Amino acid sequence: MSDALSVQEGQPTARRPKRWHILVFLLPAFLVYSAVMILPLIETLRLSLFNTVDGQSTFVGLANFQTLFGEERWAHDFWNALKNNVIFFIIHMCVQNPIGVALAAMLSIPKLRFVTFYRTAIFLPTLLSFVIVGFIWKLILSPIWGVAPGMLDLVGLKSLFAPWLGKPGSALITVSLISVWQYVGIPMMLIYAALLNIPDEVIEAAECDGVTGWSQFWKIKLPLILPAIGIISILTFVGNFNAFDLVYTVQGALAGPDGSTDILGTLLYRTFFGFQLQLGDRSMGATIATVMFLIILAGVSLYLFVIQRRMRRYQF
Amino acid sequence: MSKARDSFLRTGFVHAALIAYTLVSLFPVFLTIINSFKDRNAIFRAPLTIPTPQTFSLIGYETVLGQGDFATYFQNSFIVTIVSIALVLLFGAMAAFALSEYRFRGNTVMGLYLAIGIMIPIRLGTVAILQGMVAANLVNTLTALILVYTAQGLPLAIFILSEFMRTVSDDLKNAGRIDGLSEYSIFFRLVLPLVRPAMATVAVFTMIPIWNDLWFPLILAPAEATKTVTLGSQIFIGQFVTNWNAVLAALSLAILPVLVLYVIFSRQLIRGITAGAVK
Repeated sequence: MSDALSVQEGQPTARRPKRWHILVFLLPAFLVYSAVMILPLIETLRLSLFNTVDGQSTFVGLANFQTLFGEERWAHDFWNALKNNVIFFIIHMCVQNPIGVALAAMLSIPKLRFVTFYRTAIFLPTLLSFVIVGFIWKLILSPIWGVAPGMLDLVGLKSLFAPWLGKPGSALITVSLISVWQYVGIPMMLIYAALLNIPDEVIEAAECDGVTGWSQFWKIKLPLILPAIGIISILTFVGNFNAFDLVYTVQGALAGPDGSTDILGTLLYRTFFGFQLQLGDRSMGATIATVMFLIILAGVSLYLFVIQRRMRRYQF
Repeated sequence: MSKARDSFLRTGFVHAALIAYTLVSLFPVFLTIINSFKDRNAIFRAPLTIPTPQTFSLIGYETVLGQGDFATYFQNSFIVTIVSIALVLLFGAMAAFALSEYRFRGNTVMGLYLAIGIMIPIRLGTVAILQGMVAANLVNTLTALILVYTAQGLPLAIFILSEFMRTVSDDLKNAGRIDGLSEYSIFFRLVLPLVRPAMATVAVFTMIPIWNDLWFPLILAPAEATKTVTLGSQIFIGQFVTNWNAVLAALSLAILPVLVLYVIFSRQLIRGITAGAVK
C-alpha cells in the first residue's frame, strides 16, 4: 500500500519524496475497519462453506445451504423467518413511509407555528433503545395493566381489544407497528428536508399555472422528493432485514407465539448462539448470516444500479 | 373573505393532525414516567393520572437501585460510548482528510472500500467477530465492544467528514504549508477546528446506535461486570417482570440520559439530518 500511496498520478516518483503522512492518516481507520468489520464478514462468508465432520472443520461446498433450504426442520424455520421478515418490511413500507411523508408535508407548510416542537417530539421515539420501546409497549398492550382496553373504552371500542402480542395471527403486525411507531421520525425528517430544498420559484411557477393544494403536492412536490423516498426505502430495507432487538425484547429469543414473529435476525441468534435445549451451531449461523448478506446486497445493488439510475434527478 | 377562512380551517386541521401524532409519540414515554412515581395500587387503578401526594411512591426506584447494579451499567455504557466516539472522530477525521486532501493512486478505491460499511451491517460478521474476540481473549471486556463500535461508526463518519473537508479552503492550507507547517499540524491545527460542526453531527449520529445496541453486548460482553445499560435493563426487567414498580422505574432510568442528551443536542442532530443526509 505504501508503494501505491507514494506515487502521485502523472508525476515521476523521483521528484516526490514518499508521502508517509498519507499512510499515517489512513492507517488507523483502515486497520480497525478491516480487522473488525471486513475480515470477519469475509470469514463468515467462508465459514458458511464449512462444517464440522468428525470433529474437524471440513469444506462441504454448498451443503449447508442445501440443509437450510431443504432439510425439513431447518427449511421450515428459515422460510417462516424469511416470510415474516418480508411482511415486516412490507408493513414498514406501507405504513411508516406514508405517515412520514404526510407528517413532513404538514410540517413544511410555510409559516406554520410550533414546527420545531412537533418535529422534536415526533422524532423522540427514534432515539430510544428497542429495550425501552419494546417493554413500554408490552406494558401498554398488556391485558393485566389495562391501559389499552381502558383507552379503547373511552372511544367505545373496548370490544376490539385483544392480547394482540400473544396471538399468532396478530403478533407480527403488532410488533411491526411498534417498530413503525419508533422509526417514523427518520422518513419524516429526510422528506421534510427534501421538501424544504424545493426552490420557491418552482412552487410559484406552479401557482401561476393554477396548480395548488393537493394537485400541487401530487404533481410537483412528490416527483421532486422521489429520490429521498428511494433513500428511505433502502435504509428501511437494510434495517428490517437485520432487525433483531425489538423482537428479542418483546417476544424473546423464540420469537413467539409459535414462531409467528421470528425474523432472520432472531433465527440467526438462536442458530448461532443456541437457546435453551438447542446447541449453538457456528456453521449454520454463518450460513444464515450469508443468506442475510446476499439479501441485503441484492437490495442495495438493485437500489444503486437500477432504481437510483432510472430516477430523474432535478438540478436547481 | 372565504379564502381566508379556508386557510384558517386548513391550518386548524393541520395543527390537529400534528398534535394528535405528537401525542401518539409522547404518550407511552409520558405514561411510563408518571407511573414510575406511583405506588402499586395506583399504577393499576388509575394508570392515566399523574401522581398525587397520596399515590406518590419511590419504591420502584429503591428496588432498582438496591438490586440491579445500575451504577456499573451506566459507567460501562458511558465508557464504551465515549471512547468509541472519540476513536471514530479521530480515526475518521484522519482518514477523511487523507481521502479529501491528497491525490494518490487508489484514492477512489480506498474511498469505496471504506464506504461498504455504510450499507452492509457489521452484525452479519458476528460469527467471525466472536471467534476473533475469543482468540484475542477479549470476550467480556469493554475493549471488544469499543473495537466493534469504532469499526461500525467509521464508514459514515469518513463519508460525512470528507464531504465537509472538501469545503475547507485550499488557500488556507497552502498558506500554512508556506509558513512551514507539517501536514500533521495542518490537519490538527487548521482543518480540525474548521470542521467542528460536522464533527458534532457525526458524534451524535455515532452515539445513538452505540448507546442503544443490544446485540453486541449480549454476544460479546454479557458478564455482570461489563453489562451496558441497554443489556442490563433488558435482563433486569426480564427478571422483575411482575414487579411493575421496579420495571417502570428501570425504564424511566434508561430513558433519562437519552432524554437529557436529546434536549441538549436536538438542534444539532436535526440540523445534521436535514442538511447532510439527503445529498
